Amino acid sequence: MSSVEGNRTNLPTNGKQRPASRRQPRHAGWGQGFLLPLLAIFTALVLGGLLILVTDLEVIAAFTRIPRQVADPFTNADTQISLEEALWHHPPEVSMGDLVEVDGTAKRVVAQVEDEQEQISLETARELYPQLGPGVTIHLNFLQKPAVGLRAAWQSVSRTYAALFEGAIGNPSRMAAVVRAWLQGDPSLLPQAFYPIMESLVVATPYILVGLAVALSFRAGLFNIGAEGQYFIGGLSCVFVGYSLKGLPIYIHLPLTLLAGVIGGGLWGAIPGLLKALTGAHEVINTIMMNYIAFALSDWLLNGPMQRPGGFTPVSPEIQPSAMLPSLFPSPIRFHAGFFLALACAAAVYWLLFKTTVGFELRSVGANPHAARYAGMSLTRNFVLAMFLSGGLAGLAAANEISGLTHYMPNAFSAGYGFDSIALALLGKSHPVGVVLASLLFGILRAGATRMQSVASIPIDIISILQATIIIFVAAPEIIRMIYRLPKGKKAGPAKASTAAEAAAEAAAEAGAESVE
Amino acid sequence: MTVTKQAAVLDRQALQRSRVMGILFIVIGAAIYLLFATTSEPGQTATFGLNPGRQTAALPISDLVLPVLPSLYAMSLAAVVLGTWQLAKGFGRAEGAMLGLVALFLTIGFLAWAARGKGLNLVGILETTLQRATPIALAALSGLLCERSGIVNIAIEGMMLTAALVSALVGSISHSLWVGLIASLIASGLLGALLAVLSIRFKVNQVIAGTAINILAIGGTSFISAKFLSTFQELNSPGKFPNLPVPVLSKIPLLGPIFFETNIIVYMMLGLLVLIHVLLYYTPWGLRTRAIGERPRAADTLGVNVFAMRYLNVILGGMVAGLGGAFLVLGSVPRFDELMTAGKGFIGLAALIFGSYNPFGAFGASLIFGFTDTFQAKLQILRVPIPSQFMRMAPYLITMIVLAGVVGRAEPPAAEGQVYEKQ
Amino acid sequence: MVLRLGRMVGTTHPAETDEHALAALMVGHEVQLELDKEPAAPQDTVLDIHDLRVLDDRHGLAVDGLSLQVRAGEIVGVAGVQGNGQTELVETLTGLRAMNDGRVSIAGKDISHASPRQVTELGVAHVPEDRQRDGLVLDFPVADNLMLNTYYLPPNARGITLQDRVIRENAVRRVAEFDIRTPGIDAPVANLSGGNQQKVIVAREFSRPIKLLIASQPTRGLDVGSVEYIHKRILAARDAGTAILLVSSELDEIVALSDRIAVMYKGRLTGVVKPDEVTRQQLGLLMAGYTEDERASSPDER
Repeated sequence: MSSVEGNRTNLPTNGKQRPASRRQPRHAGWGQGFLLPLLAIFTALVLGGLLILVTDLEVIAAFTRIPRQVADPFTNADTQISLEEALWHHPPEVSMGDLVEVDGTAKRVVAQVEDEQEQISLETARELYPQLGPGVTIHLNFLQKPAVGLRAAWQSVSRTYAALFEGAIGNPSRMAAVVRAWLQGDPSLLPQAFYPIMESLVVATPYILVGLAVALSFRAGLFNIGAEGQYFIGGLSCVFVGYSLKGLPIYIHLPLTLLAGVIGGGLWGAIPGLLKALTGAHEVINTIMMNYIAFALSDWLLNGPMQRPGGFTPVSPEIQPSAMLPSLFPSPIRFHAGFFLALACAAAVYWLLFKTTVGFELRSVGANPHAARYAGMSLTRNFVLAMFLSGGLAGLAAANEISGLTHYMPNAFSAGYGFDSIALALLGKSHPVGVVLASLLFGILRAGATRMQSVASIPIDIISILQATIIIFVAAPEIIRMIYRLPKGKKAGPAKASTAAEAAAEAAAEAGAESVE
Repeated sequence: MTVTKQAAVLDRQALQRSRVMGILFIVIGAAIYLLFATTSEPGQTATFGLNPGRQTAALPISDLVLPVLPSLYAMSLAAVVLGTWQLAKGFGRAEGAMLGLVALFLTIGFLAWAARGKGLNLVGILETTLQRATPIALAALSGLLCERSGIVNIAIEGMMLTAALVSALVGSISHSLWVGLIASLIASGLLGALLAVLSIRFKVNQVIAGTAINILAIGGTSFISAKFLSTFQELNSPGKFPNLPVPVLSKIPLLGPIFFETNIIVYMMLGLLVLIHVLLYYTPWGLRTRAIGERPRAADTLGVNVFAMRYLNVILGGMVAGLGGAFLVLGSVPRFDELMTAGKGFIGLAALIFGSYNPFGAFGASLIFGFTDTFQAKLQILRVPIPSQFMRMAPYLITMIVLAGVVGRAEPPAAEGQVYEKQ
Repeated sequence: MVLRLGRMVGTTHPAETDEHALAALMVGHEVQLELDKEPAAPQDTVLDIHDLRVLDDRHGLAVDGLSLQVRAGEIVGVAGVQGNGQTELVETLTGLRAMNDGRVSIAGKDISHASPRQVTELGVAHVPEDRQRDGLVLDFPVADNLMLNTYYLPPNARGITLQDRVIRENAVRRVAEFDIRTPGIDAPVANLSGGNQQKVIVAREFSRPIKLLIASQPTRGLDVGSVEYIHKRILAARDAGTAILLVSSELDEIVALSDRIAVMYKGRLTGVVKPDEVTRQQLGLLMAGYTEDERASSPDER
């Protein structure tokens, strides 16, 4: 595996920092920075389409068992008419073989008019099965009638992705018509038509926040796989404050409720951070463990102390109206102010990471914990802070959902944000702007997938498959380059968290030498 | 010369840990007394059934009847004594063994307390413990193979899940348990190959690659399960491996029913334990594997093909994980449910670390995890006033405590997780 | 054939040239391979190490009862084969490693339990031996690396907000002052050559008032021009009154720069000598573990 260009060496994306040969920065790098993720998404969609095809029963049937009626002669809808229909058009003295006139054309009455497409001539049929007579249905396979299979395949995929599009964004012609109606004074149809795209934004909102959570942790060199658990705990604390405090005005109760979510999730995240800093325990396993503990805890609370009185379902009581985020549009649109809160958080994270000393420390610790230590930065403080902020953002995502959307917390709370958020952070290159864009994409995909599931009966898990594929392509851009024969440029670096994650374990062990083992 | 000075050096860290250990022993002793002894009544006994409640070849023996209060007092006292000894003199190398002993006291005390005035079938519990421990042990062995050669395998969970699905699906279609088993090994081996390719050839960060594979596996298995298995139930009934009693050994009371009257996959797991231990420590292959995990460059200059060995080990690791996944279906509940692994892949990794990165240690740790898993179901039956959800948390809490180094810091292979660059 | 800045500037033959001429061709001007050194005028003790004991990572004894003083305006070189405790010594002095026993004070303040930041704030500068791992964040731009340990102080920051303009202005100034060859202050420091990377570190450490400089292997892997530059800077700092502890396995460097040489072997000092009072052979013996008395009794060698 030799370098393509003469003296350029490829920087590995993980492992210890290696020296780079002196080189000029290539401007091709910028374009590839955008192109590669787009190609990754496109390729993933293509692969997803293939998967849909291969598992679609109708498509399978269209490739293996194509029914054809043996007919001789072919019945033709233009010149023939069935007996039934002839009797319907004309008085009841029509019989087989008569010539009748329908809508200006003469048609001969036959027993039944089959679709020409579904018929096969006696001759052709006899080639396959010499003993055949007319009127029988035989089955062909793909090799004999490729067009049928391909057409079914195309229909399957297009129907699926059309459903995806409509569920995600909406029907463009319908939206245009509705806007015209609105301009003429009738706004009543607006909500329905714009529901899909608004829904995409609603679904994207928690993604933005958990994506920021994981991106922040990546920047500090930590893998926060615990976003799911932090989400749950944030939800529990938020909903508790939401339903148990009564009689407060909204400008006190609402911030308090959201804050409760942040603190709950933040503390839940800080624990693995502390363990990592003090003992060097790898945060991947610890955060995953905390997830399962959170699920069990939530299960117990929602079936017990926090259960909504009067029922047997594991849901919490509804929160007070003073704890709800305002919804901005009439029903059925569920868009709420939480979206703007999420965007504000993205801006805040940007400011924190790139414009403050705190963010500088976090990034330094993530990029090279050895140098960070030598420069006087405290690894312990930064690990715990990063995990607290990360968990806090995840908790805020939950608080956002509860306060703005559901208004209570059910036990079946999350839609798998934990793993999705990793894909988001990777796709967005751990940068707030990238994360927002990636979240919008995922929101669109997920909103569409719900419709895809109902219309085209594709299980919603295909989203996970798409995400995994995207992660792989973004993390190993060489694959995309190989597929599309792109030149090697400056590598757009995905999260360089690995160096820090492993090196930090040793460094933390040293740093923690003074503390209790 | 300063070489011999080391013994005289005041190693503060080690001293501190010993003290913590000693205090821990005393605390456990106090806990046994305060939590269990004070809530038991004199004269109560706990009956531990030592015969399995099913058909068995084992010779029957009488049940163990334990007087609850005296036993609790005795164990509590013993723990406190051990703790005091530890604080005063320290056990040195036997520290770990003593910790195990005290933990055993706690467990027996808990069992005795939970079963006071009633009985519980100890053999049944131990049998189920082994069953529950098997997938965890296999996951741990998979992690061992990969980590010893320097690759972090976070994707064990995904490999197990995929193998479970494939074993159910293929087993049902082919009406053969063995075909299903072999297919599942191939499937998980392929995922292992994917991990290897991504992390070795494409130099993707191993944790990211592993996570991606997990997501892929979860999505893929749920997808296929939702699309096919729910509508076509006959695709989800592969059958179960029957119990195979070992001729003479199954007659041994207590051990017989647990270890020698179970299904083939458990035997395979036990066999793998021994096999891997022997291979890793007594054969050239094992030496090379350990070398590429510790100092890949040194191994490379000596002619060991680092890349090929890593590929091989990761694929084998995938297959071992697949065996664990297949066990979940073909060896216990013979059907696939979405997300049925429930974190066992990760618990296996924790067991590996708990067991200091060697096969038998990992097995011991798996037994402990299996035990807590078993027990949380039994709690309901015994009407112990602890909500079942808290027992469910136990394996995960134990994992975190272990990882925090309370039970001793295990040293992972030095080159773990690092990309190897040929020069 | 000698190349400089991408062009060939001269050819010669090994037999026809010597170190000086070759170096001059490479760098573009006369290079002082031997240093002009004024005699030292040391003042107060800045670094006071007393009976230091430090454990290494495997709980063995890396530094075993070491005592040493470094005064303002003098360079003390620590010579010795690598692996005899020098690394652990430096880590302890900079607050990165806990000490096991003993006392260390800098400018009168006890640093036995100080954090790296506290040590830095006492006026200590540190040039680490592994510049890429410990001294720089390779992915960060030159400007960021220049403020890696001063980012939180005014004027680089007001409160927690970074003052971008000030940071950039300072960076531009330092790049010029220290002659750092870089495409710009935003270029990732990974793109720079080894010598320029070291200059970034030197620029960072020397741009604030310092009382003590601890330099570990400061010219390892560098080209002749950079070596000359760094040595000049170190001497200039000494003449300005900084106390300097120089740890190097390059005996030439130690002998050329140091006012006093402390030889370390298995965690202890086998001798503290003046460079002009000792031969290379004698230094070698010290480095191999023979203490001063043993040395004195061995036959004189030229």
